[in-house]
Amino acid sequence: MEIPYTVKPRPDTGLYNAKVGIWLFLASEVMLFGALFSSYILLRVGAPDGFWPDVSTGWPHGLLNIPIGTFNTAVLIASSVTVVMAWAALKAGNFAKFKGFMIFTVICAFSFLGIKSYEYNEKFTHYVVRMKDGTAVTGHFDHEFLHGFLDKANTRRDQKNAGLREANAKAKQEGKAPKELLSHLSNRFLTLEKFGEENVESVKMLVDVPSAFRYPVGMKPPAVGDGSKGSEHGEHAEPGGHFEKEVKLADVQSIAAFIPSTATFFAIYFTMTALHGLHVLGGALVLGYFAFFGRKMWHQEPERLTNRVEVAGLFWHFVDLVWIFLFPVVYLL
Amino acid sequence: MNTSTAHAPAHSTASAHGADHGHHEHHEPGFWQKYIFSTDHKVIGIQYAVTSLLFLLFGFLLMMAMRWQLAYPGKPIPVIGHALQAALGDDMANNGVMQADLYNVFGAMHGTIMVFLAIVPILFGAFGNYVTPLQIGAPDMAFPRLNMASYHLYFLGGIVMLASFFIPGGAAKSGWTSYSPLATINDPVHVINGQTLWLIGMVLLITSSLLGAVNFITTIIQMRAKGMTWMRLPFFVWAQFVTAFLLLLAFPPLEAAGIMQLVDNLLKTSFFLPSGLVVNGQQLAVSGGGSPLLWQHLFWFLAHPEVYVLILPAMGIVSEVIANNTRKPLWGYKSLVYATLSIGFLAFIVWAHHMYLTGMGTRISTFFQTTTMMISIPSVIILTALFISLWGGSIRFNTPMLFALAFLPMFGIGGLTGLPLGFNASDIILHDSYYVIAHFHYVVAPGTIFGVFAGLYFWYPKATGRMMNETLGKIHFAGSLLFMNMIFAPMFIQGLHGMSRRMYDGGSTYFGSGVGLDQHILNLNISITHAAAGLGFFQLFFIFNFFSSLVWGKRVTSDNPWQATTLDWQTPTPPPHGNFTTEPVAFRGPYEYSVPGAKTDFTPQNQAG
Repeated sequence: MEIPYTVKPRPDTGLYNAKVGIWLFLASEVMLFGALFSSYILLRVGAPDGFWPDVSTGWPHGLLNIPIGTFNTAVLIASSVTVVMAWAALKAGNFAKFKGFMIFTVICAFSFLGIKSYEYNEKFTHYVVRMKDGTAVTGHFDHEFLHGFLDKANTRRDQKNAGLREANAKAKQEGKAPKELLSHLSNRFLTLEKFGEENVESVKMLVDVPSAFRYPVGMKPPAVGDGSKGSEHGEHAEPGGHFEKEVKLADVQSIAAFIPSTATFFAIYFTMTALHGLHVLGGALVLGYFAFFGRKMWHQEPERLTNRVEVAGLFWHFVDLVWIFLFPVVYLL
Repeated sequence: MNTSTAHAPAHSTASAHGADHGHHEHHEPGFWQKYIFSTDHKVIGIQYAVTSLLFLLFGFLLMMAMRWQLAYPGKPIPVIGHALQAALGDDMANNGVMQADLYNVFGAMHGTIMVFLAIVPILFGAFGNYVTPLQIGAPDMAFPRLNMASYHLYFLGGIVMLASFFIPGGAAKSGWTSYSPLATINDPVHVINGQTLWLIGMVLLITSSLLGAVNFITTIIQMRAKGMTWMRLPFFVWAQFVTAFLLLLAFPPLEAAGIMQLVDNLLKTSFFLPSGLVVNGQQLAVSGGGSPLLWQHLFWFLAHPEVYVLILPAMGIVSEVIANNTRKPLWGYKSLVYATLSIGFLAFIVWAHHMYLTGMGTRISTFFQTTTMMISIPSVIILTALFISLWGGSIRFNTPMLFALAFLPMFGIGGLTGLPLGFNASDIILHDSYYVIAHFHYVVAPGTIFGVFAGLYFWYPKATGRMMNETLGKIHFAGSLLFMNMIFAPMFIQGLHGMSRRMYDGGSTYFGSGVGLDQHILNLNISITHAAAGLGFFQLFFIFNFFSSLVWGKRVTSDNPWQATTLDWQTPTPPPHGNFTTEPVAFRGPYEYSVPGAKTDFTPQNQAG
């Protein structure tokens, strides 16, 4: 038995099966991402008034790295061009050229993912500190302070774990349940509780200076733009810069990294970009498969391989298109 | 390039096809390849049928346990009560008595299983898979391996749903609608709880349906036999076509919502959690700012089109059976097709009529009230056309026809009782009462399930080569019709008296609280439960008939025992891999029964001249 129109188009529709299939699949993908974009709009319109990271939450602005995002957009667009060139090379019967363009496409895809994970890490080490008086600041922990803290904390945890391991070995002999070991801390995902466990009284922060943020009571908002950066009291910091600040943990309500649970903006940002990232990964694996393992099919059924590349290319354009919408929506607007 | 032209697909003739077959398959496929990892649409259809019928039975049993609790609140469940306690723990069934949590679990899972694991798979997966390629004259689906993957994903989703009963905290218990914030906060003790598995299971089922929908639409567009123009497609195929589009476009928003709720539950985000949410007197430690209404919009954006997924294929089956057994063409074939397409379009803009009472605003309610009234027009067109089709026919009252005939008034009752729910003024009173339960069960249970039975009795001889027993079938029909109505008709009365759904001890609450429900309304709970047991009893006739006919059923004497016109009956019985022995060509419309001057009272589509 043979399934008709797997390679040659059906005369009355002018399409081969997989092309119909991929367009239908893309229609469903439009509905998937469409639902997420709609959710974005509804959540943003419904967000409480006020400036994030104020307690009344509000909607954060300008927290994503626009230059890097722009570069990543260019990377993805470039890959969309080369995937067409790869398909055109196959149409012209040049497998070597196809392979070159396709490998370049896949490199672009993985570069995109690499850059995206750098951005993710940037967010995981960026913090919002909410104070008990209802105000809040955002920023990073001072490098020197942080490493001093991490060294001390992890040494203590290692010592404690050594003791726990001994106790667990004993417990195992006696048939008791072992106790869980303490995990190492890193500069990601720190919380007030984790600082509390290490008996830290205050943390040293490099507080961000976008003008819209609120500052703790008793601190004047920095006078923006007179050029002397990083002053102790923040009066002379410029936008995009930061100033140092010692924050007493007794005054702090919570410390949270820029992770999904911190604000609805991050929730939808991470959900949408991660889902898009999964699509990039899936597409890259398929395109890479054609580049590296397509030769056999090229010799047996060249038309079939060309069709497959075309269909995968359509998917790749869609993935690109989603990003073209995502970038302005989450980075710029 | 030479190689590719050699592989160019061709409509193989009978002999060429046979030769092809022998040439490519050097060995007989083993058990696993033949029954588990088969890519043959007919085997996959049967896999779907068997699995979904088992889920249908399981969903029914969950309901029986709930019915016991409603009729005899606080009394141990007979037979299975202590087994439930042993399997699910004291929190769920202490001393065999159904606890509130267990009622909620069974309620949520009854809905989920019936809709997503029983009815959709049997209509779309089983009948769609088995019959559609045959009716359009195709050798198989356009993507046979994708088809296999659809079934396996469906099966996996079912396993995840079943497994969720046995994890600590039990299965999902926030209703089949899984409204947030309830679905997020109702089991704070367990990180991976029933709701988590529900969501994972749903994502698997949704993916399965999406792949299936892509496959069906491609197959119907690309694989129609020569001469099988759009207006020569049997109505069943049209119904499947529109159903596939509904699944394709309505399911992804629920997938998005499912992902968001999963993130809410696991990563503590606030997509659906509003600011200042207080649970058990404590403010919830989440960032807030989310919208519970967002979940409801996304959920009903799927779940309303889903209602038409549940009914359109059943209408397709009923149409085939009616045309065949009245021995005359369907009345108004084109109206049926256009009405179905209209339903397919309107189904996407009626969803918020499930949300009149959420406070979303009267203007939006008015819009959705209008579209809801509009969608009843094509539904009535379909029903009317089917009724008129009966007029003047020489009707054969065999078992499939009896079920098809019963479908019409049952669906009619279900549909008409939906109108008061569609008007937002009357919905205020009826919302969340037993009236709603009665309404949609009339559509799905005596409606769709009767359509399913009609289809099972109708195509059984094609799939097995043997007829099902007519006497047992008629007993099954009579009992089912009687008890279905004894179950659901009283629920209208209960609902109109104000009895609320989703209350685990409905009977005793109303009895004790002085709400003022008359005793005879509460007594209906008992009679309904007895009727449900009666319904279960009469299904035994079907189960016995289904299996015993495999062995003792009367062998069919021809490939076309019902003397039908469509291409599915012009194949060998059961159809071999590849379906047709000669290339099918359609020369005429699908329902040429009793054509004046013809030799027989049916003229198959592939008969020339």
